[in-house]
Amino acid sequence: MIKLKKKTPLIDQHDKFGFYGNKFGGNYCAETMRKPIEDLSKLFEKLRKDRKFLKKRDHYFKYYLGGETPFFKLENLTRHLGGAQIWCKDVSAINGDAHKAYHATVNALICKESGKRYIAGDTGAGMFGKNLAMAAKKMNLKCKIFMGTKDISRQAPNVKFMRDAGAEVVPVDSGSKTLVDAVSECMRHYVSNCDNTHLAVGSAIGCNIFLKICAWSTSQISRELKKQLIKEFGEIPKLKLINVIGGGSSALGFWNEFIDYDKKHVELVGVEAKYAAPLSTNAKVAILHGAAQYCLTDKEGQIAETHSLSAGLDYPGSSPLHGLLKDSGRARYTNASDKEALDAFKLITKLEDIRPSLEPAHAWSECIRLAPKLKKSDVLIVNNCGKGYKDKKIYIEQLGYYPK
Amino acid sequence: MKNSINNAFKVAKKENRPALISYTVCGDNTKDKSLQILNSISKDLDIAEWGIPHNCPTADGKDIQNSSYRALKNGIRLNDIFKLVKRFKKTKPSKPIILMGYYQMIFNYGEKKFIRKCKESGVDGLIVVDLSFPDNKNFAKLCKGNSICFVQLIAPTTTVKRMREIIRSSHEMIYMISTISTTGSALKYSIKRIIKNYNVIKKIKPSKNVVIGFGITEKTISSLRSADGLVVGSAICREITRSLKDRQNPVTNVSKLVRKLKNKII
Repeated sequence: MIKLKKKTPLIDQHDKFGFYGNKFGGNYCAETMRKPIEDLSKLFEKLRKDRKFLKKRDHYFKYYLGGETPFFKLENLTRHLGGAQIWCKDVSAINGDAHKAYHATVNALICKESGKRYIAGDTGAGMFGKNLAMAAKKMNLKCKIFMGTKDISRQAPNVKFMRDAGAEVVPVDSGSKTLVDAVSECMRHYVSNCDNTHLAVGSAIGCNIFLKICAWSTSQISRELKKQLIKEFGEIPKLKLINVIGGGSSALGFWNEFIDYDKKHVELVGVEAKYAAPLSTNAKVAILHGAAQYCLTDKEGQIAETHSLSAGLDYPGSSPLHGLLKDSGRARYTNASDKEALDAFKLITKLEDIRPSLEPAHAWSECIRLAPKLKKSDVLIVNNCGKGYKDKKIYIEQLGYYPK
Repeated sequence: MKNSINNAFKVAKKENRPALISYTVCGDNTKDKSLQILNSISKDLDIAEWGIPHNCPTADGKDIQNSSYRALKNGIRLNDIFKLVKRFKKTKPSKPIILMGYYQMIFNYGEKKFIRKCKESGVDGLIVVDLSFPDNKNFAKLCKGNSICFVQLIAPTTTVKRMREIIRSSHEMIYMISTISTTGSALKYSIKRIIKNYNVIKKIKPSKNVVIGFGITEKTISSLRSADGLVVGSAICREITRSLKDRQNPVTNVSKLVRKLKNKII
């Protein structure tokens, strides 16, 4: 079993080749990309220690993204399920409607610092694409978003957002026409344009530096939550932190400050989509998009197709950092089906005022399963990491309505 | 036979021309067809590269992607590739063959088993697109121990310091990527600039055989003839796509194309 290092940020627990636990991550990329990613690594290591840059980041988080996102108890749901107390860290309240806002903003800031004028990113659900387009506009960068044609049609509201913000949306029509193909195409674009383009990988995946930047950015969520917990409880109570996992960027941000806690004190629970679930279905380690990770493949090693109603979860791989958390036993992973996610959405929106997108609806489903089995003193917190409006059409198709 | 890659370069040098190296995807568009194509063009080739198709080819442009997807659709597997290499080597024992692919395919198969199968079937060299220096050190050693040439790549973005390290750890052949791009796009740099980059590599270690690839077509090949070798890949894959689309025989069309390429460099 892999042992985590205490008091070392999770993203920094790699060796000099970029491997976590000797097994996950690395830099499996074309020679052309080596120098650009080395330059980016140096720049990032410098910036994360640079007070001026951190001040700028915090300024953007506060005034551009709207500052601290709310943390509150769901009284009705708690009463209805009759077990653990259920709390919501409502990251979807951020300007930008999802945790991707942190990651997109930081990437645009880094791009600016690097002197590059072009920024390119991939997107599945369109949350990263939308936020990157907005950040690029704000910082005067030219932005290209790569998106599968299947996702362009099922996440149309976000595509409109990207285009309105002045980004070019590049449709990707190869393979399954979803996120996995969008990431591949975006990487190809980078291989061909790395001299003038900054690559913003949309989740905590890819070569070492890309997942580091991503998880570093989203960790704002747990920094806030820790303070909010102390304010509310006077201490860190016995917790379960439930988060949906696609690539895994929101979970890494939600959990980051709690990694060093004993798992009996703060349990980390990741919820994948049932048919895109490498972490919870004992998938093999494979190399995808530059890194070794738990990934769905066929026997021959070809990357498998996935199926999820949720575009953000429709991805065969997972962050190498989640591989590390799984193999060290620090986090546990489970999954929820399309139907379970839809049922969760129905119940949550009937009882409460939040409107989760399909991605966090998976996390809510696990919360609903767990809560009745637990005691009143147990605290369940769900990261409500995305707003539901982008899935309005899908919800109406599947449920016949979208709540007000 | 052990040094058949070196011999191929020696023969070309004696004839005062660069070695001509083809790249096609094994199994494109069927197993047999891809072998027929290779058999037919091999008389004009010095070295044959055969691609191992992968469904997430992040460094390939449209043409090679199309070839790979076609081959996969027709059910090619790694064991088939080894069998086809064996069949090729049976009739052309002295023609060097290099397999080129992504590390995932090797990793999934198991490095040691993969190398053993390469050796058994007669593979002379390997190019692993996404296993770059220094992460490839162990794998390169494993290749060397089994008399397989591990071909490293050098890109326009590679610094001179890194270049020296790569060359120091390389075997008899080095692959220079002509421009910042995926496979098959047009040359972004002038021929002069490409030759200049090439000369930087050659100057570090003149005895290494350096081949230039990416963006080499009928139009550009003759202007780069001073190199030790030239790789044509996407242009050939494109010809296969065109032939299939026009319901023509890819074997004859590709053979004609390779003959034309050869004529441009002799």
